[in-house]
Amino acid sequence: MTRSQFIRFVAEPAVFAAALVPAGLIAWQGFHGGLGAEPIREIQLRTGWWALTFLMITLCVTPLRRIPGWNDVIKLRRMLGLFAFFYAMLHFSNYIGIDQFFAWSEITKDILKRPWITVGFVAVTLLVPLAATSNGFMIRKLGRRWGALHRLVYVSGALGVLHFLWLVKKDTREPITFAFILVGLLALRLRRRAPKSAKPRTEGATPREPATASG
Amino acid sequence: MLIKRPDEFKVSEITPEAVFLNRREFMAAGGVAAAGLAVGRLDGWTVGHEPSNRLSAQPSQQDDPQTPFQAVTTYNNFYEFGTDKSEPAKNAGTLKPRPWTVKVEGMAAKPGDYNIEDILKWFPAKEYVYRHRCVEAWSMVIPWYGFPLRDFINRFEPSPKAKFVEFTTLMDPKQMPGQRDLVLDWPYVEGLRMDEAMNPLTLFAVGIYQKPLLNQNGAPIRLVIPWKYGFKGIKSIVKVRFVETQPLNTWQLAAPSEYSFYANVNPAVDHPRWSQARERRVGEFLKRPTLPFNGFGEQVAAMYKGMDPRTLY
Ligand code: HEM
Repeated sequence: MTRSQFIRFVAEPAVFAAALVPAGLIAWQGFHGGLGAEPIREIQLRTGWWALTFLMITLCVTPLRRIPGWNDVIKLRRMLGLFAFFYAMLHFSNYIGIDQFFAWSEITKDILKRPWITVGFVAVTLLVPLAATSNGFMIRKLGRRWGALHRLVYVSGALGVLHFLWLVKKDTREPITFAFILVGLLALRLRRRAPKSAKPRTEGATPREPATASG
Repeated sequence: MLIKRPDEFKVSEITPEAVFLNRREFMAAGGVAAAGLAVGRLDGWTVGHEPSNRLSAQPSQQDDPQTPFQAVTTYNNFYEFGTDKSEPAKNAGTLKPRPWTVKVEGMAAKPGDYNIEDILKWFPAKEYVYRHRCVEAWSMVIPWYGFPLRDFINRFEPSPKAKFVEFTTLMDPKQMPGQRDLVLDWPYVEGLRMDEAMNPLTLFAVGIYQKPLLNQNGAPIRLVIPWKYGFKGIKSIVKVRFVETQPLNTWQLAAPSEYSFYANVNPAVDHPRWSQARERRVGEFLKRPTLPFNGFGEQVAAMYKGMDPRTLY
């Protein structure tokens, strides 16, 4: 089996299946009373946690592919990013349709008045254009602007972390861990970029996307 | 408008008190008789039932079904055993509720160390079904067993100079592993103004669902103040102190803009990060409106006359 066959027929399906496990578990436990006394809140917390976690995993791809022999992980990036979006949408839909049960006036008030919700809302909103442009057609169409646009994922991640930090009552250990991870990933990225900027940049011209990335 | 007067409820919503009491009495008697105890002793403490149940004051609470035992004992905020709500039920096994001493200190004629067994003997426990409203906007309906705090207070004869009562939770990271993490300033402290403490609704609870309090619910003795947010209900109490100045309660110390000393349930005053207008009753799908003073306005609103409700969050 060639490397690209391995990615296509083993790695991709395996990652796809694994990424569905948290959602599957939520659904299964939900139907079997396994989500505790407040299942709606539990779903809110878990989907939010996984949205943020998938964002972080997605951001790990670029640093990982610098490890010799790992370049092909790039082929998983789109899927991972879309799973972050998937969990963020579950999170958002659970809030709108189940937790608030379409109480639009409350929802609007929350989004406008409560900074931690505002920030979450901006974070999901930013993910929409990213998800919408994550196909070959848009990548070709946007050209170098695609890379610039997709840097918004860092903004979304940072807002997700801020949202988490703001919402916890007192125990900030977990959101702070996420903040460190995000800052670390960003630092890896910037450190890499700095010396390169002296040379003419070709990086942005070839969007680093599965179909076109050559590494 | 802060206090919903009884006449604002639709007449049809109000079950005449006598009918309600009969029904409750009947149910309680039935339940207790089925267990073979009219007024009996259960694990060393007295069980009875209180026909003039305090709940009768609030029409909309009369028919509220009790939250399942399973939920009440597995969904707890008790940071001494972890900050996740499922953790206390898993971790509270290390707490030893016997032997247990409650120190009575401060401005009182009879301070001293009192054994929990004696306390249980002096103050027979009765059933009180109260709604429990957490500051996080969820609620439960819980059958507590306990006795009015004022009976306890009267026994130790506080001086008229004592204006507040301060309560303290056990401090022992071996028994309460969450105290190793400095998420809060341990030990947990709470306080009440003397008139609040003497209000007949305020309880020292020692049991739940006809059982002694489970560790995760604050064994062996905890405070229950049904018109205040749940965090006022300090658990596993080892010290009661009569003082002249307002105690600094733990959550106020942690985040004064979010939690005040009073913490009266009030749908009109939002928490900075969420609305208090509605609450989700554990086990229900739709949120329901939160009532001022959690539905006990008639009995308690007068205590706060002239105070700005916005300062009582
Ligand atoms: C309009 C958009 C959003 C809304 C209304 C929203 C709302 C919420 C709510 C209500 C909670 C539960 C808070 C609690 O009960 O304590 C929550 C938790 C959370 N949300 Fe969001 N959220 C939004 C967007 C996002 C996004 C985009 C992310 C991630 C990128 C995210 C990550 C999280 C995390 C990590 C948690 C906490 C999970 C935990 O405690 O384990 N949220 N969110």
